[in-house]
Amino acid sequence: MDRIYDVIILGAGPAGLAAGLYAGRARMDTLIIEKLAPGGQIAITDEIENYPGSIDHETGPSLVSRMAAQAKKFGAVIVSETVLSVELEGAGKVIRCTGGEYRAKTVIVATGVVHKPIGCIGERELTGKGVSYCATCDAAFFEGLEVYVVGGGDAAVEEALYLTRFARSVTLIHRRDQLRAAKSIQQKAFDNEKMHFIWDTVVEELRGDGLLESMILRNVKTGERSEIVADEEDGAFGVFVFVGFEPAGALFEGQLQMKNGYLVTDDDMKTNLPGVFAAGDIRVKSLRQVVTAVADGAIAAVQAERYLEGL
Amino acid sequence: MIDLDKENFESEVLQAEGFVLVDFYSDGCIPCQALTPHIHGFEETYGEKITFASLNITKARRLAIAQKVLGLPVVAIYSGGEKKDELVKDDATPENIEAMIRKYVS
Repeated sequence: MDRIYDVIILGAGPAGLAAGLYAGRARMDTLIIEKLAPGGQIAITDEIENYPGSIDHETGPSLVSRMAAQAKKFGAVIVSETVLSVELEGAGKVIRCTGGEYRAKTVIVATGVVHKPIGCIGERELTGKGVSYCATCDAAFFEGLEVYVVGGGDAAVEEALYLTRFARSVTLIHRRDQLRAAKSIQQKAFDNEKMHFIWDTVVEELRGDGLLESMILRNVKTGERSEIVADEEDGAFGVFVFVGFEPAGALFEGQLQMKNGYLVTDDDMKTNLPGVFAAGDIRVKSLRQVVTAVADGAIAAVQAERYLEGL
Repeated sequence: MIDLDKENFESEVLQAEGFVLVDFYSDGCIPCQALTPHIHGFEETYGEKITFASLNITKARRLAIAQKVLGLPVVAIYSGGEKKDELVKDDATPENIEAMIRKYVS
């Protein structure tokens, strides 16, 4: 592949798609590389209530499919590839993927974040066997069954509310004695008859042979342990984990400046390397939301254009 | 691509001769939808050596759970009435799926 793109954008979440839109409109030769399908975190988010202009049950998938269509309309090309390694120093940037090598004059990193696991015994083995990080993917399995949600932030409470449409009951397990989620979301949860809460508690172990069978909880204040077992008639229950996120930045270690795994940029989204920008959740920032991700993407694309003009 | 359901899973998968690839999905599963075009592509390449089938778990939840499928996406290979191999969730990438198919067709 001898073609040299003006800009390659890594990741097709809201930040990457906004960057693609602005780069495309600037008539830059634009390639967006995404592992599977456009969307990032919001592709598996059921409801987007806080993005300005989105009302009446805007879902993550509906919002992101319009964003992708808009970026494509202005010429951005989206390919489905897994990135293996990157070479970001110097004038010619190289992105090595499973399907081949891509070259560009500038790169915008918008790889975002991934769900953080609880980190307890049995979690890895039982993922997809009762343990899930994606409510929209797996809710249908738990129609009429009991479901537990681990976490206390916006994602945990919103996804718990989504699960009440399927499950018989949804119990939120949180390590503190109050939720971190926005007040409006909290109120909905407290008002929902199917919602129950276990406070000051962490999951210590998930057990099961092939399918999740039981779960050991520990109260962080009293140290007391308890076991939750699948209802005999049900034979199964679900544990949905929303305990936060971690940056998807391993590819850039040793090349881009990081802080706790997140990429450090200035206000213009510039990283420590010329011609390399970062946008969205992967950046060190105070608020990780769709609305801040798209703003980052726009700024990064405009700065990439300016950088090209100076070459 | 065989469209599986509660009624034909036994005959089309468990009683079938040779290898059967089963793509488990649901209506709301976006990562599953993203895999679909890749799986259709693999069917074009490997369809003569391995049977391709898909099951919407929304209408066959108990059947899926009995197959120890309780999270999506899952792409599995069956032979002789047994699940021989499977790729679950993040492991179900197009690259891994093709590698799994190649283990059984060569």
